This record gives sequence, structure tokens and C-alpha cells, in this order.
Amino acid sequence: MDTESRLPGLALPAGGEGPGADSRLAAGALGTAQGPLLAAAEVLALDDEEDDLEVFSKDTSLTEVNSFSPSVPISPSSMINQYKFEDGPELRDLFITVDDPESHITAIETFITYRVVTKTTRGEFDSSEYEVRRRYQDFIWLKSKLEEAHPTLIIPPLPEKFIIRGMVERFSDEFIETRRKALHKFLNRIADHPTLSFNEDFKIFLTAQAWELSSHKKQGPGLLSRMGQTVRAVASSVRGAVKNRPEMFTEMNNYLETFSQKINLLDKIAHRIYKEERDYFSEMKEYGPIHTLWSASEEDIADALKGLAGCIERCCRATERRMAGLSEHLLPILHEYVLYSEILMGVLKRRDQIQGELDSKVDALGSKKPEKDVLSEEIGKLEDKVERANNALKADWDRWKQNMQWDMRSTFMNVAENNLRYYEECLATWESFLASQTVDLRVDEDSEDRP
Amino acid sequence: MESAEPEPSGSRPEEEEEEEEEEDEEDGALPAPEQPLAGMEDCLAKKMEITVSEAEKRTGRNAMNIQETYTAYLIETRAVESQSEGQCAPVESLWRRYSEFELLRNYLSVTYPHIVVPPLPEKRADFVWHKLSADNMDPDFVERRRIGLENFLLRVASHPVLCQDKIFYVFLMQEGGWKEMVNETGFQLKADSRLKALNATFRVKNPDKRFTELKHYSDELQSVISHLLRVRARVADRLYGVYKVHGNYGRVFSEWSAIEKEMGDGLQSAGHHMDVYAASIDDILEEEEHYADQLKEYLFYAEALRAVCRKHELMQYDLEMAAQDLTSKKQQCEELATGTVRTFSLKGMTSKLFGQETPEQREAKIKVLEEQIQEGEEQLKSKNLEGRDFVKSAWADIERFKEQKNHDLKEALISYAVMQISMCKKGIQVWTNAKECFSKM
Repeated sequence: MDTESRLPGLALPAGGEGPGADSRLAAGALGTAQGPLLAAAEVLALDDEEDDLEVFSKDTSLTEVNSFSPSVPISPSSMINQYKFEDGPELRDLFITVDDPESHITAIETFITYRVVTKTTRGEFDSSEYEVRRRYQDFIWLKSKLEEAHPTLIIPPLPEKFIIRGMVERFSDEFIETRRKALHKFLNRIADHPTLSFNEDFKIFLTAQAWELSSHKKQGPGLLSRMGQTVRAVASSVRGAVKNRPEMFTEMNNYLETFSQKINLLDKIAHRIYKEERDYFSEMKEYGPIHTLWSASEEDIADALKGLAGCIERCCRATERRMAGLSEHLLPILHEYVLYSEILMGVLKRRDQIQGELDSKVDALGSKKPEKDVLSEEIGKLEDKVERANNALKADWDRWKQNMQWDMRSTFMNVAENNLRYYEECLATWESFLASQTVDLRVDEDSEDRP
Repeated sequence: MESAEPEPSGSRPEEEEEEEEEEDEEDGALPAPEQPLAGMEDCLAKKMEITVSEAEKRTGRNAMNIQETYTAYLIETRAVESQSEGQCAPVESLWRRYSEFELLRNYLSVTYPHIVVPPLPEKRADFVWHKLSADNMDPDFVERRRIGLENFLLRVASHPVLCQDKIFYVFLMQEGGWKEMVNETGFQLKADSRLKALNATFRVKNPDKRFTELKHYSDELQSVISHLLRVRARVADRLYGVYKVHGNYGRVFSEWSAIEKEMGDGLQSAGHHMDVYAASIDDILEEEEHYADQLKEYLFYAEALRAVCRKHELMQYDLEMAAQDLTSKKQQCEELATGTVRTFSLKGMTSKLFGQETPEQREAKIKVLEEQIQEGEEQLKSKNLEGRDFVKSAWADIERFKEQKNHDLKEALISYAVMQISMCKKGIQVWTNAKECFSKM
């Protein structure tokens, strides 16, 4: 099954986010473990020996000269391995792609829609293939429905409405491409989730035509009532939910505080590195040609100077590729986890809120004697609710940590490989220059020896 | 160097004996290419080890009796003994400061205007990138200057002509009284007029094409090398930034690893490698400074080359003026003798207005002019010879310089490649290690 797609008609920005690079990003970053740690560990242990994973990690060198040209399609078996199954590829039954951004101009507004293609073997779906168009608003709707239905599950992050860092225009190609990739990842993360992927709203999102979706959206609790729920929930959470919180969740909270801090720092560091590399690149671009200019006034050393200029130029291109790797892999992942850390905070709060409802009812039990029976029943229900919420969160938390570990490992390994590739290219360039020059030197020495 | 020609004014030490060459003295022909100077074996560098081994901060009172801090450099020399003797000659040493080196170089430039005199290391730190200090007292700057001064002495000592200069020898061997000795040569007077002349603008009617081309070359070389050094400094700055930012990974990974169970070790050790990576740039860029210094030497050499070309222009101009002056005097003489006025002259007009001179007066004038003409002709002859002499010896040194330049620059470019290779290898090692650590996360 081919879930990779091209982006016909979309002008690629100079930032080098080409379709070939994209497919690798989509494939690589979607790895999610489904199930217990053990299975995941087995897959991970195969990293070095598994040929297909090797292909994945060395893609750029095999399939393209630069990151702008389209890549050769990756073999299906290598793609499947990237998804990190516990029991094997047969379990994966829902493949989603987000592509083909299109601009729509109406009297009121201009907006972008994305094509969402779904391929599935699941029985619940009437067809095996769907193609719909969705806009950013629709994704926001989906996310809020999922949060509503599963308050203590970890719903993947959506790309932000605006980008604060950097001066990216709202509808610049770069912005649209970044958003598209993030939306693609959002849907795939949901598809990988053992619970969320079976959510009804999710199914409708993937399959309904535009008008169907609109009418479906209008059903269900309105915005105001949702807001009301949130306000009540926040209020109740302030009251004592923390003192009754199970140890495990306090640990999670503490973990999150540090994690959130560190991931934000890493995000900043990564952006800073990108900026420094870009500045280095722009100086290098000026550096090489000076040697060529110089060679015009020289005779004996003209070739050496031209050779040096050539080396610098090649290293320049290698730097460009290194930068592209950073912006395609590291930056989006770190950003996603920055958003994830906020989401997790929210999830923990919601769990606290649910517990808070229970706690306040329990407190009420002590003071309101006449409604004891009613209260007891309510308390019973709430206790179940709290237990379900806690279990769901615990399981999802473990799953999230698993994924995070995998994502971080593969992303940073990719960073290391990127840098290795860069240094290896430069090394080869300089070594061949050196070889050519020392050959000349020997030739010169020979001729000097002659009387 | 050919002897037996009238020498330019100023002291010139004994010339080295060398193979006599037939040469073509006809106008316009290039002098026959000289064989590598047979005297190279005798040049000072081969006979003596010279090092500038130490630098020391000193305080003292200067000429205006004001307290100042300066750096003194220790020059050590030792005669090279033949191996069979097996003994080590004693090391002689003395201290000199930068201004004394400057004095030496000024003296050499003035005394040997046809020689491309080796340059001194820069007076002030230029083309620095941000981490390097532009302060003259900065230890790194002092160290690089020490190396540059040693290089200067070795260049002079291996120059076939300059190495024989007595003032240079005394500079190396005798601390006291050297300054007085230099000043006694009276070169300072010539230095002032030379400086003025080098900066003056004048037009030569028949410029020597070779020297004109060479002057253009030296201008181009200066321009391109300064541009290159400026951009190189910026590149170094940026590269420093890239490496150093990676150092932040180390700290954050370490803090993050504290909350992770399985990922902790991998993160921690990867962080260590990021620290190594960030630290590695310091040595890399320090090495590159030496490369920059090699280029700088030729930036300054270009100035010295230009000075030789200008000197030639000066001589040519001087010659043309002298010839012009002679021609006009001859004409004057002729007019007086024949009584015809061919050219307008104030004298002619006044004599017309106020009456002719007496025959005695005219005779006197003619006699004076004839004397002047004879003097002028002798001067012109000697200037011509001087000019030819200059061209020949200058061109010989220029050829020597070109070979040296090509050799040195090529070596410098190669050493640059070697440095890049070393940097790449270090990078590969660090990132291989880091990748290993990441894989264990």
C-alpha cells in the first residue's frame, strides 16, 4: 500500500521541504508502538540489522542528489517497518495521508483545504478508500470532539493557528507545508491510537463529504454549553483534587514539569542551531568565489585556488542539506513535543477535575444527611468514572512515553546521521583536493630535479 | 647583483661574489634570467639558527619620559656547527621590541629599494573575529606576533642580498648601540623623502610595461587578500556559533536524563559528546589563525612589491625630468649662441624690451649653460645606468619573490585543506559517538 504522495502543483519554497523529504518524515515520525514494552523493544533491537530500517535512515544519500528533487518511492516493506508494529504489519488497517493544499477564495474569506485520503480494510467503513477535503477549522472541531469524548486520553497536538517564531506569512508556501505535515501526523497518530482510532467523529471526519460534515457538526452540545462545562470543571479542580491525587499522578505531574521545561529549551536550541547554520551558509557562499576571483590574477597557483573555491562550494551545498535535515526532522518533532507537554498538562488537570467532582460529592456526603442514598449512588458512579479515567490515563501515558522515547531516539539519531553525512561529504571533497595538489607538488619536484 | 656600475647613493655593503654573467645592455631587452644565486649556501639562515623564543611585558620610560608598557622579544641565535664537530655552539640572545624591528625594516626598505623587503607582522590586530581580542597586550596576539617576528628574521636571513647587511647582523647580535648605528647611516633623511615620493602623484611618459603590470598585480593581490581575510573572519565567527550552540545540548540532555529511566544513560552520554563537539572549535579556529597569518604576510608583501614598482616609477620620472631639463638647457644655449629665439622665454622678451645683452654677458651665460649641460649629460648618463641597474636587480628579486610566493601560497592552501580534513574527521568521530549514544536511548 502506498501512503506516500506527491504534492502536485505546489511550489516548493527554497527551504527545501521537498516531497521526497516529506515522505520520509511522514513515515519515520509516525512510528508508534501499539501495546506492551516488550514487543517494541524487540523491534528496536532490530534497528541495526534490519535492512529496511537502514534504507530508511540513509534515504537521502541513496535516492537523491539534493533535497529538492523528488525521491524514488520507498519499498512498501520498508514503510511498514517504520510503523513499529508489535505483532506484525497485518494489524495496521488504516492509512491516512494529508496533501494537496488548495486555496479557496470566497466573498467573506480565503482559506486553505487539504486533501485527506484514507485507505482501510476495516469493516466499519463502507468503502476501502475515501477522499475528502478538510480545512483547519475541521481539524480543530475533530480535536475538541475527541477531547470531549476522552478527557483523560492524550489527544495528539494540532499545529498552531499562527506561528509566533519567525516571520512566516500566514499563507506562505513554507507555512502551508509545515502545517500540512503536522496535520498529516495528527491524523496518523489518532489512527495509531487503540481507542481514538475507533472514535465515531474521527470516522465521520475521514469519510463525510463537506456538507455531511457541516450538518454533523451542528449536532451535539453547542459551544456555550461546552464552555460552561469547562468553567465548572476548572472551578472544581481547584478544590482539593490535588490532596487526594494518587502518587502516580503526582509523579507524572513532576515529570511533566521538568520535561516541559527541557523540551522547550531543546526547541529553542534547535532553532538557534538552525539559525547559526544558516548564517554560516550565507558567509560561506561569499567565501568561495573570492578564491576564484583571485585565481584570475595568478598563474602558478590559479588551479589550486580554483580547486579550493570548488571545495568550499561543495561544502556549502552540504551545509544546505544539513540545514534541510534539521528543519525536516528535528524542528517539527521538538515542536510537536512542546505542544504535547501542554496537552499532557491539560490531561492531568482534567483527571484532577474528575477526581475533584468525586471528592466534593464525598465531602457533601458528610454534611447532607437526608440525601445520603442519592449521594451514595452518585458517588458510586463517580468512583467508577474516576477509576476508568485513571486507568485510561495510565495506559495512555505509558503508551505516550513509549512513543516519545522512540521518536526522540530516531530523531536524534537522524540528527547525528545528518551531521555524519555532512562531515563525510566535506571530508571527501577536501581529501580529493589535497590528493590533486600533492600530485602536482610531486610533479613539480621531479621537474626541478632535472638539470 | 652586478657590480662595477655606479651605485645609488647611500651605503651598500659588500656584494656577494657570484658567477659573472654576460648580459644584454640594449634598451628594452630583458636581462638574461639569472641562475639561482650561487651564494644561497652562504646566506645567513644556513649559517645560523635564529629564533624569537620569548615575549615579555616590560615597563619603562619612553623618549618623552612617560611611563609605558610594551612587550620585548627575545632573539636567540646560534651558529650552526658542522656535524663532525659534534659540539653545540653557545646561544647568544638579546631583547628587542617591535619598534626596533620597525626601524630595521625601514632601514632595509630605504637602503635596498630594488628588493621586495619581507614585511613585519601587523602592528595592530586586524581582520579579527569576535572571540579574538584586538588588544595588543592580549597573550594570543603577542604569541602570534612573536611567530611573525621570527618569520621576518628568517626571511631576511635567507634573502641572498639582505642577509649580508651589517645593520641586520648587528641587530641580531648586539643589543646596545644598535639604534645609534642605524641612525648614523643617515637613512632617515632618505626615508622621509622616499615616503613623500611614494605617496606623490606624478605621471611617467614612458612607463615600463612590466612594472606597470606588476603594480596592478600587487594592487589586485592586496585587494583580494584583504577581502578574503575579512570574509574568513566572518566565516570563523559563524562556525564558532554553530559549534558553541551545540554545547547547550549537553546541559539540557543532562538535566533531562535525570527524569528518564530508560533514556537517561543515552541522553547523558550523548550530552557529553555534544560538549566535546562544542569545545573542539577552539583549537580548530586557533589553527586557522596561523593560516590567516600566512595570507596576511603576503598581503603585506604586496605592499612591499608595490613599493619597488613605485620606486622604479620615481626613477623613471626623475630620468625623464632630467632629460627634459637637459634638452631645454641645450635649446637655451643654442638660442643664445645663434641669437635666434625659437621658443618663448621671459628672458628673450625682456631683452627685446630692455635691449640686448652685451656680448660679454652673453658669453658668460653660454659658458654657464655649457657647464650645466655637461654636468647634466653626465648625470643623465649615470641616471640611465642607475635605472638599468635598478631594473635588472629589481627584476631578479621579483622573480625570486614570485617563486617564493607561489611556493608559500600553495603550501598555505594545502595546509588549509589539511586543517579542514582534520576538522571533518573530528566531527565524524564526535557524531559517530553521539549516534551510538542516541541509539541506546
